[in-house]
Amino acid sequence: MALGFDIGLAFLVVVLAAWTIQVHDTFSAVLAFVVFGLLVALIWVRLASVDVALTEAAIGSGVTGALLLSAAALLRPTQSAVAPPGAAWCTAAGVVCAIITAGLGAIALLLPDPAPTLAPLAAASLPQSGLGNPVTGVLFVYRALDTLLEKVVLVLALVGVWSLAVDRLWGGIPALWPATCPDSTLTFLAQLLPPVGLMLGIYLCWTGADHPGGAFQGGALLTAMWLLVMLAGVRAAPATGLLSLRLLLIAGPTLFLVIGLSGFALAGAFLAYPPGYSKPLIIVAEAALTLSIGVTLGLLAAGPAQRAKEP
Amino acid sequence: MTRALDLLTIVGVSAGCFFFVAGTVGLLRFPDALTRMHALTKADNLGLGLIVLGLLPQAAGLGHALKLVSIWLLAQVSAAVASQLIAGAVLRQRSAIWP
Repeated sequence: MALGFDIGLAFLVVVLAAWTIQVHDTFSAVLAFVVFGLLVALIWVRLASVDVALTEAAIGSGVTGALLLSAAALLRPTQSAVAPPGAAWCTAAGVVCAIITAGLGAIALLLPDPAPTLAPLAAASLPQSGLGNPVTGVLFVYRALDTLLEKVVLVLALVGVWSLAVDRLWGGIPALWPATCPDSTLTFLAQLLPPVGLMLGIYLCWTGADHPGGAFQGGALLTAMWLLVMLAGVRAAPATGLLSLRLLLIAGPTLFLVIGLSGFALAGAFLAYPPGYSKPLIIVAEAALTLSIGVTLGLLAAGPAQRAKEP
Repeated sequence: MTRALDLLTIVGVSAGCFFFVAGTVGLLRFPDALTRMHALTKADNLGLGLIVLGLLPQAAGLGHALKLVSIWLLAQVSAAVASQLIAGAVLRQRSAIWP
């Protein structure tokens, strides 16, 4: 029964992936990609990786889907004017993809049994950190440097998007999609849903220490609520030059960096936590990161400034 | 007692699945956007509602049961708003073609 479900799921994912590639309309391709992400999240649940599933659904499918949808909407006027890639390009892309797929498949199939793993070691040392969720342990204790850099990369990506603004509009207001759609039903949703979504986002961040969840998943929910409010026109998008906004953007990475640097003085190494204080420090860092991630992802989806700041 | 509860689950989830299948058939067979959406909202509201109702006897406690019910409520809200938005877009498109 379970095997049948898994085979069906895997089959559906492969078909959907093929369809996403071959469909010509960008909009349909993006929609198929979003559904693909949700199905992949289901696969992660079946593999008992709920943390990865949550991230895939929230980031891989949700936020990326929103980014791609806005890009598709912006491309729509010019799409018919662009010639589809020729047969040579398609073949080359197909060959490269086939090589990568074959490589990944070979790696997965040729792994020695049992596969080399640090998991028992990681699980054995986890109680020292006071955390109950091994994924959070890896992200904030064993590989904290990666996590820190990843948050900085996110801010750099936003700087990249903002740089697309015209010079005189620098620090102005993002246009947020080609158009926001004022609609009384959407306004209703934008007033009803945010309290629920914000609570869920905070819960995901808080519970991440011991259960599946964490800063990225929580932050993505904050982003979704913020985008809903902005799209419905309940609150306007903020000017990108706003000082308080920019402080919010860097609050998480900066706090994490400060905690990391204080590790030199208190625990003898960068990003080391003083014994007994690791869990509170991680939760404080995660809370700030959740807020920063939420704001950063929201502004990424809102796009570069396209209107001048009101005087 | 547990057998009666299990029976309730089987009946509820099966009935829910029936509405999902019916909704999918409607989505594939109905002629235009508004009727297709009508079929889809039946699947969303009634189908999911019956599945949640069927799963309630299996919930581990009051907390789990409340979570299940809130999943249904959230899906209800989002389905209702999404169908309103799509219907609005369809009507705007129609009036643009036939003023």
